[in-house]
Amino acid sequence: MPAPIRLRELIRTIRTARTQAEEREMIQKECAAIRSSFREEDNTYRCRNVAKLLYMHMLGYPAHFGQLECLKLIASQKFTDKRIGYLGAMLLLDERQDVHLLMTNCIKNDLNHSTQYVQGLALCTLGCMGSSEMCRDLAGEVEKLLKTSNSYLRKKAALCAVHVIRKVPELMEMFLPATKNLLSEKNHGVLHTSVVLLTEMCERSPDMLAHFRKLVPQLVRILKNLIMSGYSPEHDVSGISDPFLQVRILRLLRILGKSDDDSSEAMNDILAQVATNTETSKNVGNAILYETVLTIMDIKSESGLRVLAINILGRFLLNNDKNIRYVALTSLLKTVQTDHNAVQRHRSTIVDCLKDLDVSIKRRAMELSFALVNGNNIRGMMKELLYFLDSCDPEFKADCASGVFLAAEKYAPSKRWHIDTIMRVLTTAGSYVRDDSVPNLIQLITNSVEMHAYTVQRLYKALLDDISQQPLVQVASWCIGEYGDLLVSGQCEEEEPIQVTEDEVLDVLEGLLVSNLSTPVTRGYALTAIMKLSTRFSSVNRIKKVVSIYGSSIDVELQQRAVEYNALFKKYDHMRPALLERMPIMEKTATNGPTEIVQTNGETEPSVVEAKHPPPVTQPANQANDLLDLLGGNDVVPVIQTTMPTKPASAGGELLDLLGDLSLSGAPAPAPAPSVPTSQPSFLLDGLSSQPLFNDIAAAGIPPMTAYSKNGLKIDFTFERANPNPNIAVITIHASNSTEADMTDFVFQAAVPKTFQLQLLSPSSNVVPALNQGTVTQVIRVLNLQKQQLRMRIKLTYTHKGSPVQDLAEVNNFPPQSWQ
Amino acid sequence: MQFMLLFSRQGKLRLQKWYVPLSDKERKKISRDLVQTILARKPKMCSFLEWRDLKIVYKRYASLYFCCAVEDQDNELITLEIIHRYVELLDKYFGSVCELDIIFNFEKAYFILDEFLLGGEAQETSKKNVLKAIEQADLLQEVSMLSSIDGFSWLF
Repeated sequence: MPAPIRLRELIRTIRTARTQAEEREMIQKECAAIRSSFREEDNTYRCRNVAKLLYMHMLGYPAHFGQLECLKLIASQKFTDKRIGYLGAMLLLDERQDVHLLMTNCIKNDLNHSTQYVQGLALCTLGCMGSSEMCRDLAGEVEKLLKTSNSYLRKKAALCAVHVIRKVPELMEMFLPATKNLLSEKNHGVLHTSVVLLTEMCERSPDMLAHFRKLVPQLVRILKNLIMSGYSPEHDVSGISDPFLQVRILRLLRILGKSDDDSSEAMNDILAQVATNTETSKNVGNAILYETVLTIMDIKSESGLRVLAINILGRFLLNNDKNIRYVALTSLLKTVQTDHNAVQRHRSTIVDCLKDLDVSIKRRAMELSFALVNGNNIRGMMKELLYFLDSCDPEFKADCASGVFLAAEKYAPSKRWHIDTIMRVLTTAGSYVRDDSVPNLIQLITNSVEMHAYTVQRLYKALLDDISQQPLVQVASWCIGEYGDLLVSGQCEEEEPIQVTEDEVLDVLEGLLVSNLSTPVTRGYALTAIMKLSTRFSSVNRIKKVVSIYGSSIDVELQQRAVEYNALFKKYDHMRPALLERMPIMEKTATNGPTEIVQTNGETEPSVVEAKHPPPVTQPANQANDLLDLLGGNDVVPVIQTTMPTKPASAGGELLDLLGDLSLSGAPAPAPAPSVPTSQPSFLLDGLSSQPLFNDIAAAGIPPMTAYSKNGLKIDFTFERANPNPNIAVITIHASNSTEADMTDFVFQAAVPKTFQLQLLSPSSNVVPALNQGTVTQVIRVLNLQKQQLRMRIKLTYTHKGSPVQDLAEVNNFPPQSWQ
Repeated sequence: MQFMLLFSRQGKLRLQKWYVPLSDKERKKISRDLVQTILARKPKMCSFLEWRDLKIVYKRYASLYFCCAVEDQDNELITLEIIHRYVELLDKYFGSVCELDIIFNFEKAYFILDEFLLGGEAQETSKKNVLKAIEQADLLQEVSMLSSIDGFSWLF
């Protein structure tokens, strides 16, 4: 068997391959040779073969068949073998593999080897990729080595301990004793790794943190020595002594000083010293300054020190080195909340960074700029930010647009400025604006009442230029639909009013409907806008024609709207003006907004007003099954379906004789209590949600009625509609007593047919005073989902002049409006 | 540090050191994607970028890119110094190091790295000490080779 070719030779050969296929062939040939060599258990060349395998693995070829061979190399006594074996383990094995665990014993032996370089190999491998099980098994060995006087091993053991702690945090405690005099070491390697270990422990455990706070003076001393000491060739980097150690100490100080006054005070001086004395001409000095700034900002430093830190960052911003500018912006972003005024001073430099060529710097600068916007600088800042929006990469546009809207909303100096800013964003970055901006903008525009004419005019002009940007088109269509009359009448005060006819406006809107550029959502907006103009323009016939055409549109949404609008023209023309009238000012609320009752046509009709849903929904007073979905809006608008009132006699409409045996929880229980159904299926007293919220706006349309009047006891019903559910009728009974004696123990009970649900709240009292001196009131809520005619049976019990009285009655004379 | 990659301007990997447990497949994917991203950057750009949820620090030395993925709390500027220190070590060891040295002696590049960093953190801040340790280990290797069958058989 000829000796396997040497590693360098293989590398040379493979590099001569001119194509990928040629390379693959060579690799396959060599792999085959290696495989057979492995099969022969050849000890001499195993090392060479594994090395070659590692090379091929780096080129991207599979090498898993070499895993076991690595283990054999590790177990070998030859240092060469171990070196390659451990390297192979680190490259080919990850903790997911079973082979991995087989290493544990070898590592354990090697950790106790007589040669420190072998021990080093073992520590390195364990610290690089040891699994949790391995760490658990070997933690004791690592801890032992942490206490050795051999600094070569001690520093490696420290970092190995860090890895063990990361893998198995519970083992942290066992390393505590060994940390005792780690910092008294002179050796920088040990010092550095010790600081890393201490940092890891403090970050993970508040107890450790408290324990190690006492090291602050020692750390300060070490840092001081590094700064003050003369030139040390061994550790010097561009005139600075061991910057790596300095940075790690500063980081540990940061953790120790955070939220602790005493520690923070103890490190104040050294931080000031480092901040002022560090050479800034090279990256290494700036690295230290950077870490210093981070520490100053995180601990409880005095204000002078904080200002010093921010100024360092300010100087960084002016540095030629873009890396420095980048870290400055990142740090300023972190501190802008807490040290806002100090950062404001550097605002102009930050804004200049918007023009930087580097993408990361631009992004940071943009975020920081938005954080710095306030009422004083809004005009200037917005100018810069809008300019940035114009010229920035597409990846920024969405965030920038959102930021501009937010800032404008918070700090707009005038309504006109606000509208202008919105227009600018929509026209320059209209396609990148987020979907939720459209309803927000519409709401904003609605609320700027005096700007309506100006707004619609500007939006109309923008549409004439460009109909490709959907958010712009949507907002514009909505506004034209809403304020088209202002547009045509040329009422604009803010700028020169344009002359535009109704036909021109309709041309534009119809153009949107047919254009390829319009999305279905936009078309919906356009159609609704056209419809709304039917009450604002005089060319109703044209609008009717458009609407009827789209009644056969392929787009289902469009078709539905057109059909409904058609129906509006044909059957409900009398309602059209009311339905399409101007929108009220909308309250912006976090979720679905409060409901308001709007009175139209003398009837109470609830309308749902939500921040995100501009259109209200109104209920037609009568029976047809039309779904009226008004005024566009992307989202589903709640729709209330009405049905023909069926005759009460149909299916279960009979009033059941309920009052006889049932215990109706009337008076004593205010909480809804389910009644006891026995043989008779009955209604439920409860069933409705327990919130007794309802608007006390009187239903002016529903007249009160007298439900019962007998023996001096009169019971009147007054009506309201409940919110948010218009299917619930709220009836308040008013019981009055015209006799000369009080009626005591007064209990009112009610029952309704099966198709209804009833809830009785607690009465105001159970004594009805004599001679109409007062009334007992009680609230009944009736849920009438099927809109059937309301009928009720009531039962009254009371004590009058010493004797109990009981009476049953039927109430049939409910006014129609109370149940429709 | 989570990992360090060395790659050429054509995107060929010359060294990959992983300090976090990931499968071979995952490593391949990350390497491939990250290498593409960095090669696509223009020369004047920042040495730092956010990529996926990692902080990447990279620097180009002649035809080789040195690229590290660090944690959120790590100081990017000192990471640049770490990269530079590694290059200096290679330079001292190989004598004016170039890409070819690293190609033909990749295992040595790993050995040097493993004497400088352990578990992603610097274990030795003195250039001299790292080089001394490597020198001793190389000597040990030679001795162990010499004690093998055919005397001066150079395994490498």
